[in-house]
Amino acid sequence: MTLKELEVILQAEVIVGSDNQDFNIESACSADMMSSVLYYHTPNSLLITSLTQQHVIRTAEIAGIKIIVFVLNKQPDQATIDLAKEKNIPILVTSYCMYTASGRLFEAGLPGCLNK
Amino acid sequence: MSLNTDKTIEGSFQLIGGDFSIAGESSAQLKKILTDLGVEEDIIRRASIATFEAEMNVIIYAAAGTLNYTITPEQIRIVIVDMGPGIKDIDQAMQEGFSTAPDWVREMGWGAGMGLPNIKKNSDEFKLDSVVGEGTTVEMAINLP
Repeated sequence: MTLKELEVILQAEVIVGSDNQDFNIESACSADMMSSVLYYHTPNSLLITSLTQQHVIRTAEIAGIKIIVFVLNKQPDQATIDLAKEKNIPILVTSYCMYTASGRLFEAGLPGCLNK
Repeated sequence: MSLNTDKTIEGSFQLIGGDFSIAGESSAQLKKILTDLGVEEDIIRRASIATFEAEMNVIIYAAAGTLNYTITPEQIRIVIVDMGPGIKDIDQAMQEGFSTAPDWVREMGWGAGMGLPNIKKNSDEFKLDSVVGEGTTVEMAINLP
């Protein structure tokens, strides 16, 4: 799934974009506990979360997560945006809640990280 | 894939407890070092995750700490020493889901009780020493193929 497809399915605003249009997101992880993200992640995945602090970007970088979606219209502060740009991790913001955002992506064919 | 050097590479980072604004930056820098050395991606991910979890434990629980790394053609070894409260019951601390993190830490997305088990899961060698009132030392090693 590409960045553009995610943007359309989630009716999202792109806060941090990317020149790279070749993202191929293969799975998604919905979590607010960063330890869970580090425990259950898979490569080439998407993180759906309602936390917007800088350490979410660092968690994504370490776990190899390619794109982050902030739900419930939560807007990151400038420090988080700057760090995401530096790490080249795109950020989308959607007004959907975590359940609905996850459901829309699952319905569109994007499986969960654990595939169960 | 082996390292693009046959030398031993050593270094260290100072960690400051409670400073979430730079939490994880040391692990990110170590990840970059491993990437530049040509370590394969899966091993970088395991080493980075284990290091990041240990770094976050220092940020969350301790006043300060030091992250030391030694990279040889055979192994990545990481030792994190902190000046923190120490762990009273190590067996309990190793149980998935057990945590003593306060609510404000959980609200930031940490303290799920997965950190130490995740370090062990991602390491080929894992050792945890702790003295209550003095601090904790986490030592981990990841073998290179």
